[in-house]
Amino acid sequence: MNTWFANVDWSDIATACRDTLAMLGGSLLLTVLLGLPLGVLLYLTAERQISQNRAVNLVLGTAVNILRSVPFVILLIVMIPLTVALVGTSLGVVGAIPPLVVGAAPFYARLVESALKEVDRTTIEAAQAMGATTRQIVTGALIPEAMPGLVSGATVTAVALVSFTAMAGVVGAGGLGDLAIRFGYQRFQTDVMIVTVVLLVLLVQIIQFAGDRLARHVTHR
Amino acid sequence: MIALDQVHKRYAGSPVAALDGVSLEVARGEVFGVIGASGAGKSTLIRLVNALEVPSAGRVTVEGIDLATLSPGGLRALRRRIGMIFQNFGLLSSRTVADNVAFPLKLAGVPRAERAAKTAALLDRVGLGDHAGKYPAQLSGGQKQRVGIARALATDPDILLCDEATSALDPETTRSVLDLLRALNRELGLTILLITHEMDVVRAVCDRVAVLDRGTVVETGRVADIFAGAAHPVTRRMLAGVGA
Repeated sequence: MNTWFANVDWSDIATACRDTLAMLGGSLLLTVLLGLPLGVLLYLTAERQISQNRAVNLVLGTAVNILRSVPFVILLIVMIPLTVALVGTSLGVVGAIPPLVVGAAPFYARLVESALKEVDRTTIEAAQAMGATTRQIVTGALIPEAMPGLVSGATVTAVALVSFTAMAGVVGAGGLGDLAIRFGYQRFQTDVMIVTVVLLVLLVQIIQFAGDRLARHVTHR
Repeated sequence: MIALDQVHKRYAGSPVAALDGVSLEVARGEVFGVIGASGAGKSTLIRLVNALEVPSAGRVTVEGIDLATLSPGGLRALRRRIGMIFQNFGLLSSRTVADNVAFPLKLAGVPRAERAAKTAALLDRVGLGDHAGKYPAQLSGGQKQRVGIARALATDPDILLCDEATSALDPETTRSVLDLLRALNRELGLTILLITHEMDVVRAVCDRVAVLDRGTVVETGRVADIFAGAAHPVTRRMLAGVGA
């Protein structure tokens, strides 16, 4: 083992794993908390929907598109002043979370919007006909009916966040991606590169497996 | 009970009116059918009655209340007194049969124990007492529509709107659902407005019928009279499609 992985410091790997998981968990939670209401608003204000509002829809849609078109590496750098203002540092796990959320929430919002569009229109109409308020339609019918799509969307977003956390290593976020770049790439330590990449692959597999299980669990169609 | 007075409806971007000066009255306790080919404006017409659509011109009144004068809260209160069932049921796939029926009660803030008792009674009434814990996907089409009916009746409405309620069902299931509607009409004094493209449905349950063609009512009358001798060519054409 030691001859094969001569450069690998396993306690560094363990720390990096913990950092990656912390970044992923924190940013995924905040991404869902922000992206879900944003996606609901995009859906509700669209043309021919319950709360049709062209101005709101246009502003939100444009903001989402702009954020989604900025390459994440650029977003990381551009966000530094805002990140410092928000959490006091642009370094480490804490400093990585704001750009991760700003990068991923618009992406998740679009996935939420398309999951909501898949909900049978008659179901929404039926809720309206029962005298439901818009809030009741959203919480009682739309979100529960779209749950399988919302879960799959969160899974896709979590996987995207794994590669985002690796990129966040570029600006000193720590984590497995940081290790891969600093040791594996810049110091030509191929063994470190292999270990980190294998761990990232494993992480993605676990996320996908868990996401699929959860989506199946909430599907009653 | 329900009155449409010179109602016009034109959708934005559409060159023709969906409804073009429709007037009709549905009396308390009757089963009133509106028949027409697809595109005649039936769906628009029935959606005016619970304000899922609003007219471009004209007046829709329910129990003497002009729907256009209602506040959002007033409209929601009125909608609880108007049940509605749909061609493709509109059940919540994420909820069990019992929770689907209880949903309108939950929206109305009815306490849990009361909801459970009411739901059980309704499911028994439509013959689905044994299916309370199932999900809609586990039911047949006829059973789904019975759940739809139970749900529509949960808030004790005076009016039931049926939007092509049997069009997705086979003839035998259609018959049993129509029998149930007729029975509910008698037992509860429920006023029923239904739209359909099938004369057989009209003949089976309706007291009176209006024939809708390209946005206008071309003929209204008692079902027996219409079947005995329809005046309008559109009605005659529809009757020609029905086996004697």
